[in-house]
Amino acid sequence: MRIALFVTCLNDALFPQAGIATVTLLERLGHTVAFPAAQSCCGQMHANTGYAAPARQLERLTEAAFAGHDVIVSPSGSCVAHLRAHTGLPAYELSELLVDVLGVTDVGATFPHRVTYHPTCHGLRALRLGDRPATLLRAVKGLELIDLPEPEQCCGFGGTFALKNAAVSGAMLADKCANAAATGAEYLAAADNSCLAHIGGGLARRPGAPRPIHYAEILASTGAPS
Amino acid sequence: MSRDLPIVAITPFPVAAAHELGDAQLRANLGRATRTIRDKRARVVAEVADWEPMRDRAAAVKDEVLDNLAELLARFEAAAVAAGATVHHATDAAHANAIVTELVRAQRAESVVKIKSMATQEIGLNEALEAAGVTPIETDLAELIVQLADDTPSHILVPAIHYNRSQIRELFARRMPGFTATSDEPAVLAGAAREYLRRTFLAAKVAVCGANFAIAETGSLVIVESEGNGRMCLTLPETLIAVVGVEKLLPRFADLGDFLRLLPRSSTGERMNPYTSIFTGVTPGDGPQRLHIVLLDNGRTQVAQDPVGRAALRCIRCSACLNVCPVYERAGGHAYGSVYPGPIGAILSPQLTGQDAGFNKTLPYASTLCGACYDVCPVKINIPEILVHLRQTGPKPAAERAAMSTLSWVMRDRRRWRIALRAARSGSAPLRLIARRHGGTLRRAPWPLSAWTAHRDAPLPAAESFRDWWRRTHESS
Repeated sequence: MRIALFVTCLNDALFPQAGIATVTLLERLGHTVAFPAAQSCCGQMHANTGYAAPARQLERLTEAAFAGHDVIVSPSGSCVAHLRAHTGLPAYELSELLVDVLGVTDVGATFPHRVTYHPTCHGLRALRLGDRPATLLRAVKGLELIDLPEPEQCCGFGGTFALKNAAVSGAMLADKCANAAATGAEYLAAADNSCLAHIGGGLARRPGAPRPIHYAEILASTGAPS
Repeated sequence: MSRDLPIVAITPFPVAAAHELGDAQLRANLGRATRTIRDKRARVVAEVADWEPMRDRAAAVKDEVLDNLAELLARFEAAAVAAGATVHHATDAAHANAIVTELVRAQRAESVVKIKSMATQEIGLNEALEAAGVTPIETDLAELIVQLADDTPSHILVPAIHYNRSQIRELFARRMPGFTATSDEPAVLAGAAREYLRRTFLAAKVAVCGANFAIAETGSLVIVESEGNGRMCLTLPETLIAVVGVEKLLPRFADLGDFLRLLPRSSTGERMNPYTSIFTGVTPGDGPQRLHIVLLDNGRTQVAQDPVGRAALRCIRCSACLNVCPVYERAGGHAYGSVYPGPIGAILSPQLTGQDAGFNKTLPYASTLCGACYDVCPVKINIPEILVHLRQTGPKPAAERAAMSTLSWVMRDRRRWRIALRAARSGSAPLRLIARRHGGTLRRAPWPLSAWTAHRDAPLPAAESFRDWWRRTHESS
């Protein structure tokens, strides 16, 4: 199977660890991963902010960059949802690839920490990831998964919403951070670094609150010092 | 389009929302109320095994109406007239108000009793009647509270969601004729309102209502309510005037069944509403002897032409989308500046008025596109899709437009993108020293990123981009 990584523009620039973890994990599971260098952004940001024409150009570019690959994997639920709705690409979120395509639920990871999981709006409603990420996390050695209160509530990011409606976004973020802190977890994991950048930015201002982490990084971890 | 229509926002949503967010009591009231009602809805919806197919059927029936609007309106009119009703066609709010005012004047009535109706709120009928010297009296309890307070509703279903009972007692004491109760027990307050309203019903010559559904096949109107005030208005006065949005049509009587199951579970979280009234024309010697039906367009046939946006006209005003919306829960209904608040208001108001009216152009951005509203909508309106559609068709700031096209230009070419990543990394290098104190995030960033750091720390560009890592680890051989 020819698996290609769509790392996403945000991960490429700000959170390469999520892409590195995805590659490391898949290679550990015995797969070869390709990284088509012509990729950049899926067009989601442009489309959702109201710019259909540049969004379409980026969608076409992404289609061309990934032509010929059997499976495209991405550590970003919202970008996968966008690709699915706007391109003909066979795009999978990481947990979908692992559980549905590769049939793996125990990836052989070790992460001895208390973790809570935020399901993210696109993971919940656009992709219906359901308990796939939680199933993968529960199989991680040493990991204690703690329920997040009101998990289905949006964190308030919403792309440019966080800037255009800063006050409401801030109020939603405050509630999400309070719920995360209430778990007593060391880490707050999610499948999307856009949400994590927002929530993590809030958590950074609460001493003792969980630290944000992409769940791919947990799945890639073998407990060995890096 | 007039700017003072009750569906035109006079303040930008972000400004209005920030103001409402400052009211801690409001936030507490809203949070409690929406959480209660959405839990209740989820429970009773889960009981229905064929909920999903029922949603599909209801959406299809509503689309059938939009596809055949003119024909179904003609069929409805013929059937209603044959049953003894008089049908009027109103193109816009002013036209509808003029028709209703003239009908009330013809009866020499000084007041009218009203059943809670979104259509009459949309056109500002109460204000128009008052200007003509007619006193409109709302008979739905919550609507009456809002009216006595000289306020506007903040929720489609629970218009007085933003009041608590001591505020209501104080209001009744000040504004309700004959009010003497000293307790703020809900039963006592409801009892006082009931006595006041009963006197009002018995004296009323004219009633004004809306309709939840209008059946083209039979010319019938259907009203769903829970207090019985509607049934009093529908039976006691001699003249009944119904203001009905043209999208309220259902083709066949048999279509009603699904909607009467979908609506109460979605709106109040009840298996069935207490009162459902179906009335057709007039019956000599029984009930109102004059029935006027004002079919209201007010932008609807225009919206029906938009292949994406038209789905908003499927709306049956259940308000489930409000109760699950995280933005509504924090900002409240008034922030939307419209009688249609919440997610449905954010797509319906700008479509009905055009996005250039007042600040309606800010409404499609009042959402994170989280999709909770689409999940609960009984007629499957894809609200996020329509929000994005309106953002794409509506007016946009020039600076944002320029930034977006530059960004897209950079992203469309791998060399430009790589250069941009490296520039961001080296440009932010000095900030990394500051950020190290906070575990790698930036507490205060310069403009324009300051808008982000007002509420949260900002991440910095990585020391090595993913593509540089890939090139280093996978391409050097």
